Amino acid sequence: MSATADALGLEAPARPPSAPRPGTWRRLSRNPSVFVGAAILLVVFCMGLAAPLLTPLDPGEINPVYRNKKPGTEQTIRAADGTKTVVTHWMGTDSLGRDVYARVVYGARASLTVGVAVAVISVAIGLAIGLVSGYLRWLDPIVMRIMDGVMAIPAILLAIALVSLSTAGLVAVIVAIVVPEIPRVVRLVRSVVLSIREEPYVEAAIAVGTRTPLLLVRHVLPNTIAPLIVQATYIAASAILIEAILSFLGVGIPPQTPTWGNIMAEGRTLFRVFPHNILFPGIFLALTVLAVNMLGDGLRDTLDPRMERRA
Amino acid sequence: MLAYSLKRLLATIPVMAVVAVLVFALLRLTPGDPAAIIAGSSATTQDVEGIRLKLGLDQPLVAQFLVWIGNMARGDFGESFYFKKQVAELVGDRIEPTLMLALTTMALSIAIAVPLGVVAAYRQGTWVDRVVMGFSVLGFSVPVFVIGYALIYVFAIELNWLPVQGYQPLREGLWGCLERLVLPSVTLSVIYVALIARITRTSVLEVLSEDYIRTARAKGLSNRVVLMRHALRNAAVPIVTVIGIGIALLIGGVVVTESVFSIPGLGRLTVDAVLARDYPTVQAVILLFSFVYVLINLLVDLSYTMLDPRIRY
Repeated sequence: MSATADALGLEAPARPPSAPRPGTWRRLSRNPSVFVGAAILLVVFCMGLAAPLLTPLDPGEINPVYRNKKPGTEQTIRAADGTKTVVTHWMGTDSLGRDVYARVVYGARASLTVGVAVAVISVAIGLAIGLVSGYLRWLDPIVMRIMDGVMAIPAILLAIALVSLSTAGLVAVIVAIVVPEIPRVVRLVRSVVLSIREEPYVEAAIAVGTRTPLLLVRHVLPNTIAPLIVQATYIAASAILIEAILSFLGVGIPPQTPTWGNIMAEGRTLFRVFPHNILFPGIFLALTVLAVNMLGDGLRDTLDPRMERRA
Repeated sequence: MLAYSLKRLLATIPVMAVVAVLVFALLRLTPGDPAAIIAGSSATTQDVEGIRLKLGLDQPLVAQFLVWIGNMARGDFGESFYFKKQVAELVGDRIEPTLMLALTTMALSIAIAVPLGVVAAYRQGTWVDRVVMGFSVLGFSVPVFVIGYALIYVFAIELNWLPVQGYQPLREGLWGCLERLVLPSVTLSVIYVALIARITRTSVLEVLSEDYIRTARAKGLSNRVVLMRHALRNAAVPIVTVIGIGIALLIGGVVVTESVFSIPGLGRLTVDAVLARDYPTVQAVILLFSFVYVLINLLVDLSYTMLDPRIRY
């Protein structure tokens, strides 16, 4: 099950606890899906980190003379002291003359930031709500009805509506994507809590007088780690996609910030003549999301053996 | 069965109530004066006061909510401040393209995905299986609009087989309408096919190891009959469930696809309304989409008895 299917909660049954066992790292490194996914992500991560080294050009620099150039166009830049340097626009330029390659390289930053931030924040919030709700029986029905309500609103619609409420920016986009993801984490955590609650060692802990907060942290929390790692990967994949969609629709991160969605949004009008503005960021976006999904599938197969047999 | 249906119908009421509260709260949660937000940046103080009185924003919050929900129930979704029209009328005008797009996409997706999933399960572990599963992961990873533009580029611009963008109402001719829906439907169906094919495969795989499948084979039935009549029939419940849940994906996809293909539907309306900060329209569209989503999943739930006579309520 990939990001989207999993985000819909299709395969989040109450599974037996599966905390990482000894040898997990070795099994992970031998899984081809994990290896390829992680390798691609590492490359994209380094690309974002080392963006200034990969291109001499400023991703925001507007150059009216070199507007809408096809990929491979060369440009001669004269410095103040008269020396000339030739710069090649590997991916062409956009309608403002900005170098698409520079924008794509810098764009990796926004996508990765949003992916990681959304995954971490929604898992943290969902974990807290799920643990408490799964354990306090009186609170559970109330929390779950609210979660049902949030899940009844299609994620992209909710995200679009939420970003429209404040001035567009990175934080607003992250919040808007986090909110629709929370119920999915809550349901997953709750299903684990409900199955753990019946375990003899939990009963034993209650019998010796362990207080509820300690019980949750010491006995229940560790069992949620493996499924949550898998879920967090899928959330990251869908967050990267939703960020691109928001930017593409013009409601996401402001257009001057280079993000893959923004580059494509900019390229829409002249798409028929200059498809490269959509093609190149599109390839990078798809490849990154694919890598995160592969990592998630591999993690699931390794950390959750029950699923491995099924799929 | 009737009692169960009624119970399930009643169970959707709290969900829809939560949705209504959330959608209502969306506008009130914003920092600042909702009347000023609705009126827009060029409004005068009188305009803002007028809107405040008109929407009853001077009333307590609970009273506001009750009035708002009462109006919604009577089909009065308020007036769009951007389009200068009744929201109900605005939404009504935009339903046809979205409905046509959603229906063609669903038909296309099910027609492609179910056979793919069955074949992948039957040929488990072979290259056929790997190709189908590979496509499925890929389908989840490529953004809808990238697929849309790639298809436009190849089939509309390079090959010139199909129109690039736009929509033609059904009453102006079936062919013209369908012709313009081919590319958007294919675009939108990619993720839906990925989802359904995957579940079909898993679900059929589980059924294939059952005794009655062996019995059917032992009777000398052909592979096709065993797969279609015995395996698929018994694997139907999870597949139909996923088709229902996948409607959320479809709705999200509609918003993007309609923007790519310039289709004047509800998805495009949502984006335009959000960009114009036209909150009455945004609220109405979100409520409508959520209502449809909940309703379809209710129908899916109720269809289980038809698909599997063993399930009784």
